[in-house]
Parts: sequence; structure tokens; C-alpha cells
Amino acid sequence: MNLNLDPNIDDPDGFYQELLAAHEGLDKQQSDALNARLILTLANHIGDRGVLREALEIAK
Amino acid sequence: MVAVRYETAFKLYPYTPVPAATSGTVARHPVVIIGGGPVGLALALDLGRRGTPALVLDDHDGAGLGSKAICFAKRTLDIATRLGAGASMVDKGVIWNVGKVFHGDGKLFEFNLLPETGHRNPAFINLQQPYFEKFLVDAIRTAQGHGAPIEIRGRNQVTAVTPGKDHAILDIATPDGPYKIKADWVVACDGARSATRDMLGLSFDGRVFEENFLIADVRMKADFPTERWFWFEPPFKDSGQSALLHKQPDDIWRIDFQLGWDIDRDKELDPGRIRARVDAMLSSQTGSVPDYELAWTSIYTFQCRRMESFRHGNVFFAGDSAHQVSPFGARGANSGVQDAENLAWKLDLVLKGLAPEALLDSYASEREYGADENILNSSRATDFMTPKSEISQTFRNAVLDMAARAPFARPFVNSGRLSVPCNYDGFPGFGVDALKGPAVTRPGAPCPDAPVGQDFLLDHLTGDFTLLSIGGVAPAPVTQGEISTRVVHIADPSPDLAARYLGDADRAVYLIRPDQHVVARWAKFDAQAVKDALHASLWGAHA
Ligand SMILES: Cc1cc2nc3c(=O)[nH]c(=O)nc-3n(C[C@H](O)[C@H](O)[C@H](O)COP(=O)(O)OP(=O)(O)OC[C@H]3O[C@@H](n4cnc5c(N)ncnc54)[C@H](O)[C@@H]3O)c2cc1C
Repeated sequence: MNLNLDPNIDDPDGFYQELLAAHEGLDKQQSDALNARLILTLANHIGDRGVLREALEIAK
Repeated sequence: MVAVRYETAFKLYPYTPVPAATSGTVARHPVVIIGGGPVGLALALDLGRRGTPALVLDDHDGAGLGSKAICFAKRTLDIATRLGAGASMVDKGVIWNVGKVFHGDGKLFEFNLLPETGHRNPAFINLQQPYFEKFLVDAIRTAQGHGAPIEIRGRNQVTAVTPGKDHAILDIATPDGPYKIKADWVVACDGARSATRDMLGLSFDGRVFEENFLIADVRMKADFPTERWFWFEPPFKDSGQSALLHKQPDDIWRIDFQLGWDIDRDKELDPGRIRARVDAMLSSQTGSVPDYELAWTSIYTFQCRRMESFRHGNVFFAGDSAHQVSPFGARGANSGVQDAENLAWKLDLVLKGLAPEALLDSYASEREYGADENILNSSRATDFMTPKSEISQTFRNAVLDMAARAPFARPFVNSGRLSVPCNYDGFPGFGVDALKGPAVTRPGAPCPDAPVGQDFLLDHLTGDFTLLSIGGVAPAPVTQGEISTRVVHIADPSPDLAARYLGDADRAVYLIRPDQHVVARWAKFDAQAVKDALHASLWGAHA
């Protein structure tokens, strides 16, 4: 499996809004913590180490 | 004079005058082991049972008192069982299965280790290190009774090691004055502060963790569950970054508090202050403080480091002298005992002229690899427990937060990964996998145990090269040079044995090293293939 870098989310504007809404009212530390929980949860869903490694690379 | 650096829990090898110290003769010994800790004792016992003389020199006369190793893993118990010391360890040790992990006030999750069936020994036991050493010495006394050429000299301190071309000269101090001996081979099992390493001017590089741990061993008669409790950011007052509660034999509980780096050691060791911490911990789950006494307290700092090479000519390093890890994961003594077992059969064969000296280099390369694996695991655990940056703290706490509500996060929680032996995958001397069987028994792997009739497979792998044949007909022994394999034939394998050694196959042939690591395996017996694999194991890569 390869990391999918093509558009893959329905209604991108809607998702982006939800993402920001999740951080609404949080201070920096709380936001960082939320991001960390989210990364871990998504990483587990992906599971594939090769894909995760590619994602780590592309995000650098 | 021989300085006393610590108190002993058991006097196991009291000093007796050494005749050479007065006569001035310089005796020559095949193997001299410096240090009678777990590693030196296991090595001496293994060599002696093989008939190779082993002389152990220790500057004390028994097992040191105090809080050291408590957790001994299955591989160590399997080795000790082969050496005749395993049963007393398991009888005395505490076996636990339930662990609880807390974060602050809340319990994150609970686990039950549910050990795999079909093994003689448990996944691990808790046992104070002095007992471990005592049971090894008991087994040495028994072996000596059967003629094993082992000698332990207490209060014999090695003060100089001078390597020569085909021997080394040791200077030894005793209460009656100094003497010298000559050794064909020297094995330095003299611990993390190895005097031998210093005397030879060798370095010991690695990483120091800026962390202090307070250890309190408390004696408590109260009825407290036999469980392992671990706290991240414990809620009780002044408890530090993490805390651990663990049971040992004799109503002793090991309690650890992670105190951080900038501490006042004397203040932290004040018994009143320690008791306040222990009270808070013990009452946090039960609401009341049981009766207890402080049996031993100390503060430790930890490092992860190893020598670049475990062999320097005639001098080998094994155990803590060669490598040091943080105790999370219990990889210190456990890995050191594997060093001893790796070296014992090789030294024995080389001294008997049955294998080339170059075989001894494989001790160094295999165990350096093992040490790296242990250091990697131990560093990862320490990094999880003591996050070194703001973001690592954020991720660590994210894991802990998620662990309470989502099972996926629990495997990330790392308070130490229990010591398991390494696989020598792809190392020289290990041969083909012509069976394509289960991964746990691939070439390089240590043999997992499995039931065979009324006993267990490992009982049959007694320390020689062994041809293990499962299903089919029994093969004839294979001889290479002067070494013949033992043959163990199991016509009707138990389900566990079949699962671990056959997989989908209906028969298999394994060549197994004296240290119970798989050399190669085949779907059917081919005498020439076995002969070649045996040759490669002893000479191959070094030919
Ligand atoms: C708090 C703590 C908890 C631990 N928990 C665990 C655990 O749960 N599981 C685990 O596997 N490991 C654990 N360890 C590590 C374990 O204690 C060591 O790995 C183990 O003791 C190493 O054994 P050794 O034989 O290499 O060295 P040592 O036990 O240090 O023995 C060395 C011996 O050499 C002698 N000696 C030194 N210099 C000389 C000299 N010049 N001449 C003669 N003799 C000499 C010493 O007196 C000593 O008897 C723990 C360690 C600590 C500190």
C-alpha cells in the first residue's frame, strides 16, 4: 500500500471546519494534547508501517 | 588487604588461605572468572559441568545485600534448569499475572499475562538476587560433588591483569597477601564498575539518564494482592514521576519512586520521608496503611552503555562489565546469564581442541548484538517513562489518556518490556531454513519449550549439539570432526510441540546448538546437509 496523496475526503471544507472546531476554546497545551491523541488514533487506524513512514517523511 | 565494599546477604564462599600465596608458585588455569555475581557463577557452573576447570575469584565472600535484580525471565530460568538450579529458583520465586497501570488518580487498565501453556518455566519470577546467586552456588556445590572441576575463592581481589600472547597473568590480593596466577582465558564478570575494564584502559560509552530512583524494599505481613502496580504521575504527595509496587518472596515488596534529577540524596533517604511516601502509596488503593518495616532503601541512577568489543585477546567481558541497561525490562542479569551460556560451550570446545579459537569471536559479535537490542529496549522504556522534551511529554500523556478509553493505545504504554532472548538472525554459522516452519523456531532463534511425554523438550537439549527429529523415523547421529550430535527423536509430537516446531509440516529435523539456539532445519533428514551445517556452526564463517 502507498500513502495516498490525492484528494480523498468528501467535502474538504466541511472536514477542515470540524478540525478547527475541535480546537475551539482550547489553550495551546490542550490543543497540542488533542493533536497528539488524534495523530495516535489515526496512525493506529492506518496501521501499515510503510504508509506511516511515508507520512512521517512527507510531513517533515 | 582486600577492602569490603558491601555487606553480604549470604556468605557463600568464605575465604580460605590459598597455598600459592605462601609458596610463590604461579599455577596455570584454563579459565579464570573474575567476579562471582550471577554471570560469573552461571559461567563457572556451565563450564564445570562440561568438565572444563573454572576458577572464580571474588573480592567478597557471598551475595551482596541490597536491592538489585528481582525479576528473572523464562530464558534465564530455562538456562538455570539446564544447569540444575532452576527448580529451587521457581519454588522460591513469586509468580504474578495481574498488572494494573494507573495515571494520576485513575486506573488506566488492568492486564492479565495469561502465560502460554506448555512450558516448564513461567514467563518470569520475582526473586531477590541474593537468592538467585545462592541457588547457583548450591548447584555448583552439587556439581562439585559429582566431580565438576569448579573452584570459588572468596576475598580474592584481582588487582592487575596483564595479557600475554597465549595467556594472561593476574595479580591477586588476599587477606594473607598477594599472589599471581596464569590463565589461558580470563572472563571479566566483575560488574558495571569492572576493575578489569579499567585496568586494561578500555572505555564504556553510552548514555546516562538524568534520573534518580528511590528504591524501598518493605517487609509487610498484610494481605496485599500479588499484582504489579505501576503509576505514571502518581497522585500521592512527593511521589515523583512514576512509581512501582511489586512483590518478592519473604513478604518483601519492592517499591520504586522516580524522583527526577535535581534531588538532595541525603534528604530523600531520610526514613521519615520515605515512610511518608510509602504510606501514601500503600493507602492509595486500600484506604489504610498496613503495618510494614523498611528492609532496605537506596537511590540509584541509571545508564545504558556497552563496551565496543566484548573480546580483547585472551580476555572476555560478560554481564554488567560489558554492558549496562536501565532496570526497566529486567535486562541486566537476564542478559548476562545469556552471555555466560553463549560463552561456556564455546570455551569448552576450544579448550578441548574440538573447535577453532575463532569460534570465540562469535561470542563477542552475538552478545554485542544482544546488548544493543537490550539497550534499545531499555532506552525506549526510559524515554517513555521520563519524556525528555515538551512534545514527547505531550505524546506520552496522549498515549496514557487514550489507553483508558481505547485498547489500541495500551501497547504503547511502556514501563519496561520484559527481557526476551535475541534471535541471531543472519549471523555467521547459522544455516538454512529448508522447512519454512514457524517463525519462533527459525535458524538463530532460541528453542521454545513444549511438552514431550511427561516432561519438556528443553529437558532433552542438555548442552550438546543435538539433532532433533520430529515425526518420521529417527536419524543416525551425525559426526563432524570429533563432534557427534546427540539425537532426540519424537515420533508423536504434542500439539504445542507441533505448533512451535512443525507448523504445516508433518515432520522436521532441527540441528540445535549447545546453547539451545537453532542452527538450521529441514523437512527431512539429509546427513550431509547436517554435517555441513555443523561444520559451519563451528568453523564455517571463520574458515
Ligand atoms: C535497582 C536494580 C534493579 C535491578 N533489577 C533487575 C532485574 O529485575 N532483573 C535483572 O535481570 N537485572 C536487574 N538488575 C541488574 C542486575 O543486578 C545486574 O545486571 C547483575 O548483578 C549483573 O551481574 P554480574 O554478575 O555481571 O555483576 P555483579 O552482580 O555486579 O557481580 C560482580 C562481582 O564481581 C566482584 N568483583 C568486582 N571487582 C572485582 C575484583 N577486582 N576482583 C574480584 N572480584 C571482583 C564483585 O564483588 C561482585 O561479586 C538490577 C539492578 C539494579 C541496580
